[in-house]
Amino acid sequence: MREPRLFSWRGFSFGGAEMQTLVIGGGLVGALIARELTRYEMKVLLVEKREDLGQGITKANSAILHGGYDDPPNTLRGKLCAKGNRLYNQLAEELKIAVNRVGSIVVAKGEEELRKLEILLENGKANSVEGLRIVGRQELRKLEPGLSKEFDYALLCESAGVIEPWMVAIAASMNAVNNGAEIITGNGVVGAIVESKRAKRVKLSSGREIEADLVINASGLFYEQVSSFFGVYAPPVKLRKGEYILLDKRASTLVNRVIFPLPTAAGKGRLVVPTIDGGVLLGPTSVEFSDFFPEDVSTTAEGLISVRESGDDLIPGIDSPQWFLKSFAGLRPESPQKDFYIKKADELENFITVGAIRSPGLTAAPAIAEYVVGEVIGSMDLKLTPKDDFNPFIDERLRIKELPFEEVARLIEADPKYGRIICQCNEVSEAEVIQAIKDGARTVDGVKFRTRAGFGRCQGGFCSWKIASILARELNKDMSGVRQNSQNSWIINGKVRT
Amino acid sequence: MNKLKTDVLVIGGGAAGMACALSAAREGVRVTLLEREARIGGVLNQCIHNGFGLQFYQQELTGPEFASRLMEEMQVENVTVISESYVRDINVRTKTASVLSPKGAYEIQAKALVVSTGARERPFGSLLIPGDRPSGIMPAGVAQRYVNLENYLPSKRAIVLGSGDIGLIMARRLTLEGVEVVAVLERMPFPGGLTRNIVQCLDDFDIPLYLSTTVTGVRGNGRLESVEISRVDENFVPIAGSQKTIAVDALILSAGLLPQVEEFDEDLEIDAVNRGFVVSNTCESSVEGVFAAGNNVAVFDLVDYVAAEGWIAGRHAALFSLGKNTSGDRVPVFRGQNVGVLVPGIVDMEEHLRLYIRLRKPMERGTVVLRELAMEKKFTFGVPSEMIQMVVNKEKLLPLMDSGRLTVEVL
Repeated sequence: MREPRLFSWRGFSFGGAEMQTLVIGGGLVGALIARELTRYEMKVLLVEKREDLGQGITKANSAILHGGYDDPPNTLRGKLCAKGNRLYNQLAEELKIAVNRVGSIVVAKGEEELRKLEILLENGKANSVEGLRIVGRQELRKLEPGLSKEFDYALLCESAGVIEPWMVAIAASMNAVNNGAEIITGNGVVGAIVESKRAKRVKLSSGREIEADLVINASGLFYEQVSSFFGVYAPPVKLRKGEYILLDKRASTLVNRVIFPLPTAAGKGRLVVPTIDGGVLLGPTSVEFSDFFPEDVSTTAEGLISVRESGDDLIPGIDSPQWFLKSFAGLRPESPQKDFYIKKADELENFITVGAIRSPGLTAAPAIAEYVVGEVIGSMDLKLTPKDDFNPFIDERLRIKELPFEEVARLIEADPKYGRIICQCNEVSEAEVIQAIKDGARTVDGVKFRTRAGFGRCQGGFCSWKIASILARELNKDMSGVRQNSQNSWIINGKVRT
Repeated sequence: MNKLKTDVLVIGGGAAGMACALSAAREGVRVTLLEREARIGGVLNQCIHNGFGLQFYQQELTGPEFASRLMEEMQVENVTVISESYVRDINVRTKTASVLSPKGAYEIQAKALVVSTGARERPFGSLLIPGDRPSGIMPAGVAQRYVNLENYLPSKRAIVLGSGDIGLIMARRLTLEGVEVVAVLERMPFPGGLTRNIVQCLDDFDIPLYLSTTVTGVRGNGRLESVEISRVDENFVPIAGSQKTIAVDALILSAGLLPQVEEFDEDLEIDAVNRGFVVSNTCESSVEGVFAAGNNVAVFDLVDYVAAEGWIAGRHAALFSLGKNTSGDRVPVFRGQNVGVLVPGIVDMEEHLRLYIRLRKPMERGTVVLRELAMEKKFTFGVPSEMIQMVVNKEKLLPLMDSGRLTVEVL
């Protein structure tokens, strides 16, 4: 039975006041959901506890658009992965995000493993994955000359690709803001007020309270905890850590596609990934935590060794110290069901949990957003009124690296800051850094993830102090107020001489 | 877009590039110098300590003094400097470059090229040290930049990893500015920097140097909070049970310099040990009319050597641009035992030979032998951090005509 006042909720009007939807979590899933909601008549708020968007699970993963051939067909993963993969074509146009469909291969040795590829192929067909076929030794050599000669067969998936996941979160939230949403960063959810089986108000770490008519929990690693604030059940979260090593662009001569070993019960295995900006990523490991340590993204000596060894098993010679640029780790949330948990709460009428977004969550994310808004909210007996003026596009941000010389020359004539190259490894100009700050970058990493400045082979050795100085200047701050990423990550501690 | 023609185009305005531009200009040719920073001088600008110039200027100077002197001499010679510039594209065969700068974009056509791009610091990430990824971990050159040029203190309590010269100098510099420097760590069983820097930067300030010790973990939520250090065996494998945790807010890295060759190494030959361009003693690379000098050839220990090599490169580049052939017969140089870094890779009979040698390991005494020339130089207390320099007049190079090679070994 619904409470009588719920009827006034239909059409999203509380005595003339606009309905307010709160999305918790500014990773790519939360950001895409927020954007999806701005298609309709309502006020959308997105809260993110970190200083910037896409800095949790979204930041540290394999950055792959999976084909969707290995997810069981009767799961949400199976249903949403291949669809999400296809939706990225449209998203790339609308949100101006780079998608490089390099393709992927799953490699196998001998006839017994070939059977496993055939099972994957069948499964892929059931999930309506496009561009999927098995290749033999000869073609495999041509596709991947750097691959170990031990492999005889591969499942080729042409629709697989690589992206910059954080840019999906950043671009989707920029687009959401253009369509009326409000983004609140640096604010975690710390509590909730629930009345009459409805989430009423949500308390943020800053002390601010937000009235909410609909709450969507897309808080990544924290989905169980956040749902519990509202008295809502969510399946227990287990964290898995994946460690990675990023290699210099030079390593990319050895690899053309994303290379997977055969999947096992533990996951998709340790891969070799040609990244979107021309480097190569090795990893991840997959180690389950016995306890909930959501801040532990430390790498380990054993993990890094195993990443190196398994990379070298696939591509002999890729474990070459001259190419090491950095190592990092990311966490992913897993539930006992090993599937996404996307559900309207049984306990509350206006609360949806979007949790356990494990692999292939990045690929599925656009389909998850559609599913949440279309099917989950759709089934809640709420009539969504589309807005006439929703604009799915954002303006493309200039990357001078991608422009012809003559065009850059013209840009410099109009604004000399296009000629001042701050990051010489990745050719990023001061004008692009300033644009990133206008777009919401508040930290050195915020600039780095938006512009790729500092991602190159000097790893910020030449440009990190310049970026910190530009941040201080543009944000009218003292340098001691500039952060690498989080609140504690100060860079300098006062002046030498005052 | 600006079109620019020049005789000699010098890429990189550090010590090598400045000396090169100056010497080329003194040969009477048009010289254009590209510099990435707003001010030429390279790392000299932030090396405010003394110890520079004893050979090049026969006078002890600070880094900025050394740079200013070269700068003033260059100004007299009308060298065109494009500062804050970036080479977007370069063709070493046609000697054309597309360059961006705030002053505009340039298409530059040169007759001779000099690549003097120096070295960069090895980044922390490449060491694959496990742990968190907090702020406060920085190469010594970045710390030096903050303290000496930007007037900012990057730490309250720091530890230095690597006993290369810049690490030693920063240990002292930070100490002088009130930062507590807990220790300098070196994974090798011997120091990486010059002996005089061990004495003047560490001993004089009671900063301990731990040899055969490295960082095996970093911890910090946001900012660095502590490092785990361990002793290592002769294969650099951490010794179990030797770990210690030290609370610091900064890890200053002096983990080595890497010659910056990547934009050119598809065209110019690279020496696998030096990790820099193979050059002759005329500083010519494997491509005719393209010269290289300084830390992108090999990491030198003294700026005086870098400037001296830049000077030679500039003269030969200028002569090449004038169409004067200055090179003669050439023979390759081979490494014999105990020789690590070795410059040059080729001996040109028309130029004096300046050999720069780094030992592979410390030697109490030894002899550098130039086998085919039947020449030798004895030394005592040789260490890899200090280069051994030998100069051979070109008149004495004749035996190489018969041998067709020169072998350098240390016995």
